[in-house]
Amino acid sequence: MAGAITEEERKAVVDFLNGKSAAKSKFYFQDFLQVFPDKKPREVKKVLTALIDDGTLEYWSSGSTTMYGLKGAGKQSHAEGEE
Amino acid sequence: MAKFETHMLDELESGPWPSFVSDIKQEAANRAANPKGLDYQLPSDTLDDLLGLLELSYKEKETHWKHGGIVGVFGYGGGVIGRYCDQPEMFPGVAAFHTMRVAQPSGKYYNTAFLRELCDIWDLRGSGLTNMHGSTGDIVLLGTQTPQLEEIFWQLTHDMKNDLGGSGSNLRTPAACLGMSRCEFACYNTQDMCYQLTMDYQDELHRPAFPYKFKFKFDGCPNGCVCAMARSDFAVVGTWKDDIKIDNEIVKAYVGQAIKPNAGAHAGRDWGPFDIEKEVIERCPSQCMKWDGQKLTIKTADCVRCMHCINTMPKALHIGDERGATILLGAKAPVVDGAQLGSVLVPFISCEEPYDEIKEVIEKIWDWWMEEGKNRERVGETMKRLSFQKLLEATEIEPQPCQVKHPRTNPFIFFKESEVPGGWTRDLAAYRQRHQR
Repeated sequence: MAGAITEEERKAVVDFLNGKSAAKSKFYFQDFLQVFPDKKPREVKKVLTALIDDGTLEYWSSGSTTMYGLKGAGKQSHAEGEE
Repeated sequence: MAKFETHMLDELESGPWPSFVSDIKQEAANRAANPKGLDYQLPSDTLDDLLGLLELSYKEKETHWKHGGIVGVFGYGGGVIGRYCDQPEMFPGVAAFHTMRVAQPSGKYYNTAFLRELCDIWDLRGSGLTNMHGSTGDIVLLGTQTPQLEEIFWQLTHDMKNDLGGSGSNLRTPAACLGMSRCEFACYNTQDMCYQLTMDYQDELHRPAFPYKFKFKFDGCPNGCVCAMARSDFAVVGTWKDDIKIDNEIVKAYVGQAIKPNAGAHAGRDWGPFDIEKEVIERCPSQCMKWDGQKLTIKTADCVRCMHCINTMPKALHIGDERGATILLGAKAPVVDGAQLGSVLVPFISCEEPYDEIKEVIEKIWDWWMEEGKNRERVGETMKRLSFQKLLEATEIEPQPCQVKHPRTNPFIFFKESEVPGGWTRDLAAYRQRHQR
């Protein structure tokens, strides 16, 4: 499991995603590097992994590429008639 | 009676080759009959719907699969590829038809118990269709629905001690040739390295954070049975430093027709008597071999490890004793800039457990690529965009002549001011004393 993250880190990610929610709901990993300009990519990964594990974020995958989004934002599996 | 008429698909059964359409029809009939009395977790007409959907795509010349989706098992960002159909009312059995990638055993060694267990899971909880193996190397399980994913994952991991493979912007399932388990040419233990690196890089395999996909492959020798230098971003290809070992008495036996060349592989027709000059010496790409009728000699410094002579006379020639591997970086299929083969990054590296030297190179490349790579950019494209020299700086590897493909046409190494005595400044007056305007 990923380590704990601070409330500031969580808020920074959620605010970033909410701020862009009108335009799109899924983001590349690289997009989050700008949220934490002082952090190395591996540190950013730890933050995102913790947010995936606690259900704040979810992965979207085309099969070849993976993106991150707020859980429930954008098109969901229930919209596909599965749930 | 089939649920849908599939005239165009039926045509695919008429050729000389085995047909996937016939396979799907066979499994559809099996599911309809259900001889084992299974409680199928997918609708029993799933495969009829699959055929119907494919026929529709053939008629309309466009796909009816949507692009990707939000499915996976808890904590994993790869291994499950969401597939949804855009005609769910017409084909409810394939409204969701997700793919699961399962890590293949190293060297693709199975026993029948493993295969039966896997098929039992997939018969019950999936479509029953598999792809052994996908071009990724994984065992590909084709078609299931979201509620089945965690159940399948539990059985795969807890009962079968296996794992999902990689997909998305992850480290993909590493693949190795069968190496030392059967092959006398293996210069290192490919299966062990593949296994160790798979275990060590679980986070990279299951939690995507790369700009795009990243593939390891491990070939034990330059014959390249998993084609690492063409199919993987990071290819580890076995090689040796010292001389090819030659037993000239056995070379003479080949020349005297006492032993069949290529281990008798070309037995299907009469190729005439073995001619060492034409079949070995003249075929050497670097012309590093000589045969004087009694003795075969090889100039090791010129040998490019093509393996042709060893493959032709495997009893007489053998790989050297000082063994390791070459690391090549950046192979990929065409999306941006066309297909690329790997570029030599490390000409020779030790392959001793626990493979720390190799891991050090890998991790430096990842750190650089994660920082510098653009979205959906393979590491080979980053390398090309920013220059091979930047890659050398990131990996702290000294430039070497064997990294240059065409001397004078791709001089990718440029001196920096700090590397030149006196830097870029010069005494112009002194220069003009030696050179007129």
